[in-house]
Amino acid sequence: MSTVPPLTIPPTKARARNVLPGFRLTLGYTIFYLSLIVLIPLSAVFFKTSTMGWEAFWHTVADSRVIATYKISFGLSLLAAAINAVFGLLLAWALVRYSFVGKRIVDALVDLPFALPTAVTGITLATIYAKDGWIGQFLEPLGIKVAYTPLGILVALIFIGVPFVVRTVQPILEDIETELEEAAASLGAQRWQTFRYVLLPVLWPALLTGFALAFARAVGEYGSVIFIAGNIPMVSEITPLMIITKLEQYDYEGATAIALVMLLLSFALLLLINVLQAWSAKRIGRTS
Amino acid sequence: MAIQKKNLTKFEQRSATQEKPWVRYFLLALALGFFAFFLLLPLFAVFAEGLRKGLQTYFEALIDNNTLSALNLTLLAAAIAVPLNLVFGVAAAWTIAKFQFRGKQLLTTLIDLPFSVSPVVAGLIYVLLFGAQGWFGPWLQAHDVKIIFAVPGIVLATVFVTFPFVARELIPLMEAQGKEEEEAAIVLGANGWQTFWHVTLPNVKWGLLYGVILCNARAMGEFGAVSVVSGHIRGQTNTLPLHVEILYNEYQFSAAFAVASLLALLALVTLVIKTWVESRVHQTSDELPMEAPRTIIQSDTV
Repeated sequence: MSTVPPLTIPPTKARARNVLPGFRLTLGYTIFYLSLIVLIPLSAVFFKTSTMGWEAFWHTVADSRVIATYKISFGLSLLAAAINAVFGLLLAWALVRYSFVGKRIVDALVDLPFALPTAVTGITLATIYAKDGWIGQFLEPLGIKVAYTPLGILVALIFIGVPFVVRTVQPILEDIETELEEAAASLGAQRWQTFRYVLLPVLWPALLTGFALAFARAVGEYGSVIFIAGNIPMVSEITPLMIITKLEQYDYEGATAIALVMLLLSFALLLLINVLQAWSAKRIGRTS
Repeated sequence: MAIQKKNLTKFEQRSATQEKPWVRYFLLALALGFFAFFLLLPLFAVFAEGLRKGLQTYFEALIDNNTLSALNLTLLAAAIAVPLNLVFGVAAAWTIAKFQFRGKQLLTTLIDLPFSVSPVVAGLIYVLLFGAQGWFGPWLQAHDVKIIFAVPGIVLATVFVTFPFVARELIPLMEAQGKEEEEAAIVLGANGWQTFWHVTLPNVKWGLLYGVILCNARAMGEFGAVSVVSGHIRGQTNTLPLHVEILYNEYQFSAAFAVASLLALLALVTLVIKTWVESRVHQTSDELPMEAPRTIIQSDTV
């Protein structure tokens, strides 16, 4: 810091004035770049659908094959997020509460689904759950088919959702003080009661946030699902694939209409996640 | 197995915060079983399948011309997308963390928007803008500029899906650090650029690196969005993940998994650097209270 120029104290007009420079420049650039890359392109979806008329729009998004994809995408995403909520909490619990060999490796690998490209996930899961694959060969005699069925979609959605729940619950669990549980124990609570009535209320907002994040990701997921799904119309077709199918038929309006439905759902979920996170922050503030 | 007390978590040192042993082992087994089954097994499978036909087939798939041109395009897309989003992330974090203004919450939410948009929709929006039948389609055709089914489209889609990574790491970090240090620098006569370079940047460097690593991993691995705008022209508009798909669909499984293992390796490297950065962040945040300047600045507000 020896090259700092001679001391010149800028004149202060008001006490509350922010002396830091660059507000207009950075705000201007932020809004410009955000509009250019995100907002204007996304608005194209709304403009394109507004030109197609209500009747045509409804005909596209309420088509029975498209409705089937909603059921598959939303139903399986909910189920996958619920399974992740349970096992994600368990994994976060093990990582925070217990000591075991290789804990640091497990902790680092929890983020694997974030880092592994979805196409790699897709072909790998399809291969190990195929009927001669590592896992598939043991399930085949039991009559359980995973690859190329809705069950395969569920497996892929569970894989990609794991880190969301673990990473939202883990920091909250780490921040909990031992005193709370000691107090509960000294007042005669069983371990299970302590968990149910002392810990779970604190964890609940984070758990719900993780659930919502995993769900939001699962609904839009494409790469890791299409290889294992089999993509049979009415049975194992997901909504994002429907958009691709329409695009390949040069039905841009149809693709955009379905995209709009997905976008509106994303916005609703984003809003919900924000509310949940605000609630979570408030809850943490109160307990500490 | 004797476990030393210092290795135990704070919860294991007190009996009141412990479960019965059988409960503990049961929960641990369940958690690790889930981990091994859903995360570890697929990771091993990528490499095992890639090497199934031997090392020679493996490396032949990697040095294939189409693989190399796909690798080139993947590196190019990341080399453009990451710096763009890095500059944006720094600008957005500066304005959101250091200043108060109306609509700040809305702006923060909008920055996160690309995360909640399906990758397929992310690709579609650029087709609507720049495709043959899109808003700018006729103009682009008249001027002989190709964006969709060409490299610019792939770069755009990559920029979109990696848009929030750096910003969302930096915003909470810079908010938590406050602006007292920067104000002190300005009052002492540093200009804005010096303040940023000598005061802000050293404070956020690990968070910045963290964001860049995640941004890069996603940029190199993106599939859905890129798939929509690529057109899948071999040797020209194929990225590594798209190349994996093509090989797989042509039943060249060993080659597909060889290329996939390259991407899996990238993922592992990302995780290693990420873990290392996280440990650095923990160290610096532990050191903070002991550093004198912070406490001095805080004390004059009393």
